[in-house]
Amino acid sequence: MVGLAATFGSGAMTNSINDFDGADLFLVIGSNTTSQHPLIGSRIINAVKRGAKLLLIDPREIQLAEFADLHLRHDIGTDVAVLNGIMNVIIEEGLDDKEFVETRTEGFDQLKDVVSKYPPRVVEKISGINSHDLKKAALMYAKADKAMLVYAMGITQHTTGVDNVKTCANLAMLTGHLGRPSTGVNPLRGQNNVQGACDMGALPNVYSGYQPVTDLAVKKKFEDAWGVAALNDKVGLTIIDMMIAAQKGGLKALYVMGENPLMSDPDTSHIEHALSNLDFLVVQDIFLSETAAKADVVLPAASFAEKEGTYTNTERRVQISGKAISSPGLARPDWQIICELSTLAGYPMNYKSPVDIMKDINAVTPSYAGITYERLERGYGLQWPCINEDHPGTPYLHKDKFSKGKGTFIPCEFKPVVEMPDEEYDFMLTTGRIYYQYHTGTMTRRTSILDREAPAALVEINPEDAKKLGIKNNEIVELTSRRGSIKLKAEITKRVPQNVVFSTFHFHESPVNILTSPAYDPIAKIPEYKGCAVKVRRCA
Amino acid sequence: MRRTRTVCPFCGCGCSFYLLSEGDRVTGIEPSPLNPVNKGMLCVKGWNAHEFIHSPERLTTPLIRKHGSLVESTWDEALKVVADRFLDIKKQFGSRALAFLSSAKVTNEENYLFMKMARAAFGTNNVDHCARL
Repeated sequence: MVGLAATFGSGAMTNSINDFDGADLFLVIGSNTTSQHPLIGSRIINAVKRGAKLLLIDPREIQLAEFADLHLRHDIGTDVAVLNGIMNVIIEEGLDDKEFVETRTEGFDQLKDVVSKYPPRVVEKISGINSHDLKKAALMYAKADKAMLVYAMGITQHTTGVDNVKTCANLAMLTGHLGRPSTGVNPLRGQNNVQGACDMGALPNVYSGYQPVTDLAVKKKFEDAWGVAALNDKVGLTIIDMMIAAQKGGLKALYVMGENPLMSDPDTSHIEHALSNLDFLVVQDIFLSETAAKADVVLPAASFAEKEGTYTNTERRVQISGKAISSPGLARPDWQIICELSTLAGYPMNYKSPVDIMKDINAVTPSYAGITYERLERGYGLQWPCINEDHPGTPYLHKDKFSKGKGTFIPCEFKPVVEMPDEEYDFMLTTGRIYYQYHTGTMTRRTSILDREAPAALVEINPEDAKKLGIKNNEIVELTSRRGSIKLKAEITKRVPQNVVFSTFHFHESPVNILTSPAYDPIAKIPEYKGCAVKVRRCA
Repeated sequence: MRRTRTVCPFCGCGCSFYLLSEGDRVTGIEPSPLNPVNKGMLCVKGWNAHEFIHSPERLTTPLIRKHGSLVESTWDEALKVVADRFLDIKKQFGSRALAFLSSAKVTNEENYLFMKMARAAFGTNNVDHCARL
């Protein structure tokens, strides 16, 4: 999101899910869409069936590969080189959208300088993609009338995540695939309200609507609205920095609402040490998660079915969700718990319902100003920005100008994965999710059909590698990185290329994040889940 | 039988479905046919999104760690312990010693209140969630 904010001025999916039906071409990079976002994955497949083209860039042979017109299987972490190579070909062939570049963007000369260093033969050496395929991909994307670029965590979960995102944005601007229906740069968000949590300012640097905490006019606005004498104007800690501060002793108390960092964060033993070093840990959740089991106080929360509220999906659509049943036992909706606690801490909150809270949000958040319960109840959600009660919402961004005026090309150089395989740790481990399970498994592992279909963690190993290591399908193997080791079953499959293994973080019995690298992107602080070095051994 | 319009709790697609319920028991799921996101369809996770709600492992009472183990408590006691400990630590070490991890699973209203509490009640911008994970 930081990457898109820097280039366009707004860090969100530019277009809408319905736009998938009208696109001529999809460039899908770093998204296993049919597993992670199945209903968007099926839109892509349906579009391909009616004649749209699919250009897939992914190291793994994911399900979408079956439908792709061209699949580039680049080496893990070489995305910037591949995309720069595509731009190199587009400029060489004169296929850049000169009018768009001229009128809507700035910084083209710098981009040209950088991508000139990535001709196809150089990219081939870095990424393993042959020149012929790279050129073909460049022509496909540039010549399409309406091309949607789609990405997910395969782009962001790298130490170069922000560079990867900026490079995607550069490519879309270079070809003018922006600011129209069925085009754009479309990050697919991984959780049902990750967009909303960002929009609402659950971030260390901004209030709701991305209003910076360091901006004195913004600070004054919130002080007045909230009736507080002085708000803090220093940027706070990200989750990664919180864990480091806890380990060093500077952070004493942590309040965790509905998250499970002990399973989801990289390098588990570091997180475990950080949490145990706290003086006080509170966890508010619907289950006793791995993290909750370590807490000093655990607060039982209501599930989505037991409360009213709104969620914002990946296409910026705010939707209403009603209360179907009451909570079990003494469990309460999170908003009620927060109100009581804040009041006890000396800052009274007297909201009667989520409708009341939304009125507050409308008043201080320009992009949500026109999103009211009354309107949401009548229809099927509203897409921000929606600046007043008559505004219809915004299906696609950057129509005539970018949120920040002109779009800025921010060219990036290729940098490899921080922890590359070497003689001892000779495989690249990459991680992700599978279709039947979700995140740390707290919900899906408790669902019988899903646990029946995918009951245990598997590690995907290429048949050639398996042969060399003497590993058979379903045999138990041990994966070891510099940080720890886990045992799990092998799935011998060509889905992964040679010298790469893939696994998931859904299963607490084989917690893959014991292995993952704590290296992270210096700006976005996203960990490099998509690449670290491991060794693989058959268990006797 | 009641039908309540909700949003799927899993990925970011934002599929909409109706929870079918009898009393306090959710009995099934019916995708919203007119919703522009999922148009009457759901994936396997969505179709089964109601089961974990009734898991016997749901937390049903506040817990406080006493002599090393988590024991059942009341809301009054648990919330007082949290408020007192956070205020104590703030007094002793300043608001920078406190941090708040919000959630990509809870509602907009709850995320807004959580960051408001961190900033207005406890004076810290140490607020984040797992967008990066």
